[in-house]
Parts: sequence; structure tokens; C-alpha cells
Amino acid sequence: MNELLSWITAHQQIIYIVVLMIFVGIEVIGRVPSVLHTPLMSGANAIHGVVIIGAIIVMGKAEHDNYAALILGFLAVVLGTLNVVGGFVVTDRMLEMFKKKGR
Amino acid sequence: MMQQHLLTLLYLIASVTFIIGLKMLSHPASARKGNQVAALGMTLAIFGTIFLYEDAGMGIQNKGFIFVALAVGTVVGWMIAKKVKMTAMPEMVSLFNGMGGACAMLIALIEFNHLNHVAQQNPGTTFSESVPGGFYLAIVAGLIIGSVSFAGSIIAYLKLSGKQKDISFKGQHILNIAFLVLVVAGAVWCYNAGVQQAAMYFYGTLVISLLYGVFFVLPIGGADMPVVISLLNSFTGVAAATGGFMYDNKVMLTGGILVGAAGTLLTMLMCKAMNRSLLNVVIGSFGGNTTNGSAASGGAQHYKEISLSDTAMVMNYANKVMIVPGYGLAVAQAQHTCHELENLLIAKGVEVKYAIHPVAGRMPGHMNVLLAEADVPYDKLLEMEQANDEFKTCDVVLILGANDVVNPAAKTDPASPIYGMPILEVELAKTVIVNKRSMKPGYAGIENELFFQPKTSMLFGDAKKVLQELCNEVKQS
Repeated sequence: MNELLSWITAHQQIIYIVVLMIFVGIEVIGRVPSVLHTPLMSGANAIHGVVIIGAIIVMGKAEHDNYAALILGFLAVVLGTLNVVGGFVVTDRMLEMFKKKGR
Repeated sequence: MMQQHLLTLLYLIASVTFIIGLKMLSHPASARKGNQVAALGMTLAIFGTIFLYEDAGMGIQNKGFIFVALAVGTVVGWMIAKKVKMTAMPEMVSLFNGMGGACAMLIALIEFNHLNHVAQQNPGTTFSESVPGGFYLAIVAGLIIGSVSFAGSIIAYLKLSGKQKDISFKGQHILNIAFLVLVVAGAVWCYNAGVQQAAMYFYGTLVISLLYGVFFVLPIGGADMPVVISLLNSFTGVAAATGGFMYDNKVMLTGGILVGAAGTLLTMLMCKAMNRSLLNVVIGSFGGNTTNGSAASGGAQHYKEISLSDTAMVMNYANKVMIVPGYGLAVAQAQHTCHELENLLIAKGVEVKYAIHPVAGRMPGHMNVLLAEADVPYDKLLEMEQANDEFKTCDVVLILGANDVVNPAAKTDPASPIYGMPILEVELAKTVIVNKRSMKPGYAGIENELFFQPKTSMLFGDAKKVLQELCNEVKQS
């Protein structure tokens, strides 16, 4: 119990961010008209591509002779980029069509 | 040191752009800009990390490889995203989502190998002795969630693009629960195992997580896929957030949790629109035992068919036609032909509108995207409540491949599995014409009483073909 409490104190910043972000995420989405659900899902999909930052960090730490880490890290960066670029471009294409209607 | 502060600032800006971007995405007028704002923030965060990141005095190494990887991902991602057809959007989102999940999975793998390497130097100890618990938890959570999301998304992609059929068998739920238990057990065993065995348990956990992802999505029916994709989308968000824990990286944390929370809510909104609980979708108890109820009494009922030329005639002489597009229209990719018919009818002085059920098509909002692609004006698309007010003034309702969303049983039959689901009340119109490929029930597996009502006529055939022929008929008449 004591351990848990001290863990919470030690990581309170992160825990606060998690809690607040949960509320922000729910708030922000709550007002979306159903028309925009698909683009929204796609946009959110692109945003979690932020996982690529982790891939870059991991890749940036890999020793030059650690081929396993280099190969896996390389793959991770490629996949993360696919998620980010593909996600944003697809979302943009969907929204472009809404725009054309002069709304 | 200066760099570190600058990076912190960039991360802060990126986090704010994600929130603002999501918010702007919630209004039609600002949505596109919102997406671009978030993309800009992402770009800042990525290049900031490459050039400014520092850990214990070490900057990012292997920059060359990273840039090559970025270039490959950008070119491939861009090309796929630009080439994909609008009707294939859902599986595309699923595919990109799977890439994010795989990325999180690989990060966890590499970090584990690091830890394992360090731990190996003290043989005879347990893995937990050389690894901080919080860090391990973040890694293993990233591994599990990432790989479930990856495997699940790929199966969802294959299913939506028609390369993989639904597979369900007896005892599937038990198998899935067993997988889940094993995944958690594997994660715990790994932590408490001796350093020699830890890796074995870790890779075991990885394999079972992947299997779970596959078996979790395999039995889920086509029309439920949007819910599953949305759910997997929020999974990947959480997986990204675990990276935030690992590196104490605030932008990964904010972005990941934001999507995790928003995705979960979106999933629940979709379930609500279909009047189903998330549990129901995931466990999938829907398909099996629904043939009782109204279907049993439906055996002797008769429906009447209508010919193409009669349909064209009826619509030609109508004052107001409401088109109800559904899954069938999306599958047949008939949106352009549908718009052509609309124009022909308008030229003949007929008022044409579209009634859009929130879950029509393959994803909420999917119909709007498809019809927008075909240049149907935005103001012709009515949402469910508006449409329900207008049906009674309509002479003809043309239903294109929609079924459960117009089933009156949702209002009248408490025994029906879809009872309580909001529907389009098409039976208020004077005439209802239903285009379907056959009399087969929709994905809910139940009969639709609407088809047997006296004012309803059936027009069988593929939506695109039927619409093309209708266009010809209308032109001639």
C-alpha cells in the first residue's frame, strides 16, 4: 500500500496528465456531429501516430553494432510514419470533399 | 540544456495542436484545418525529437537510418492514402491503425531486449530484481496492447477488403478468455522469472497477444467492424501512451491518452446508435440465436416485386423522393450513379433528398463521405430526425441496400433484438421501394416486416446496376 502511494506521488505529473486528458478527449469528441465521425476517427488515428516519437528515441539509442535493435527500430519508424502520414492524408482527402460543397 | 527547453516547448505546442485539431475536427467548417493543425504539430514534434532530444548527454544516433525510414514511410503512406478509393476508407483507417499498433509493439520489444541484456549480467537473480516495476509495466502494456491492436487491425483490414471471411466456432469465447488470462499470466511470470527464462515468457506473451488480436476480430460481423476499428483505434492510443510512460515523454502521453479516451467515447456512441452494448459487439452473441422472434411468423408472408420501368414511372411522377442509402450502396460503389439519378429526377421537377441513418454504411458518417464524393450537395443530406419529419410528405422512398435501419420491428416488437434502435420511419411515406440483392436478412439476421407491407415493393439487384438502368428508364420517359 505504502509502495503504491509513494509511486503515485513520484509520478503525480504523469497521472494528472492522464486524468485530465481523458476528460479533454471525452469533452472534445462529445460535440461532434455524426456526419464527421469517420473523418474524426481517421484524424484521431493519425494523432496516435505520435508513437513514432518513441520509435525515433529507441532508434536513436541503438548501438551501432546492435543489429536486432537497428532493424526493429527502422521498421518501427517506417510503420509509425505510415500511421502518421497515411492517417493525415486520408483524413484530409475525406474532408476536402466536404469542403468542396461550399460549407 | 537550451535544446532540452526548446524541445519541451515544441512538445507543449504539439500537445495543444492535437487538442485544438480534434476540437476543430468536430465542426464541418473547420475540420480540414483542424486536421492540418494537428499534422503541423506532429511534424514539429517529430523533427524536434530528431534534432533536440537528449538523454544523459546523448543525442539521437543513427540519424541517417531514421531519415531513410521516415522517407520510406512518407512516400509509401502518401501513395497509399492518395490512391485509395473513398469506399475503401474504413479498411484504410484500420490498416494505418495497425501500423501504429505494430510500432508500439516493436518499441516494447526493443526496450525489453535492452533490459534483458542488462539483467543477463546477474545470472541467478530474478528479472524483477534488475528492472523497475513501473518501467516493466509500461513495456509489457505497450507490447500487449500494441500487438492486439496490430493483429486485430490487420484482420479487420482483410475482412473489410473482402480477403477474409468471418470465422466463428464453438468455444470461441472460452478460447479468447483463455488467451487473455494467459497474456496477463505471461506478463507476470516474465517479471518474476529468473533472468534466463524471462525472455521466453515475454515472447510467449507477445505470441498469445497476437493470437488474441486475431481471434478477437475474426468472428465479428461486417457491419460491426466500424465499432471494432474504433475500439482498436483507442487501443493504439493507449499503446502510444505507454511510450509516454517509458520515456517520460509528455507529447506521447497527451496524444495517446487523448485518442484513447476520445476513441472509447466514439466507440460507445457508435454502439449507442445501433442500440447495442459494446460487450454484445465484442462477444458477438448477436448472430447465433436471433432466428426466433418475428422471423418464425414471417414464413408465410408475401412480398411484391416491382419492375424497373414501373419504378422509374413512379418516381417520375412523384413530387418528392427520399433516397435511403445503406450498406448495399457502399458495397456496390453506386454513389455516383445515385447522384446521376438524383439530377435526372430534379431535371424533371422532382424534389430529391437523402435520409442518412447515423450508422448507415460501413462507418458512422460513411454515407456522407461517399455522397460528398459524388458531389451531392450537403444540404440534401438529412439526418435521422429531420428525415423522420419529412417522410410523411414524401411520395416515394427509395431504399438502396439498407435493411436494419428501416426495420419497424425496432419500434413495434419488444422481442426483436434490435428493439429500441432509432430507425428511419420510411413507412410514413406513400410508397416504399426497396432495392436489395435478395430477400436475405440484414446483418442482424432478422426478417424485416417492412418488406411485406402493402405499400412496399421490392426491386432486386445490385444497387449500381439497378440505378444505371433506372437512369436510362427515367431519361426515356
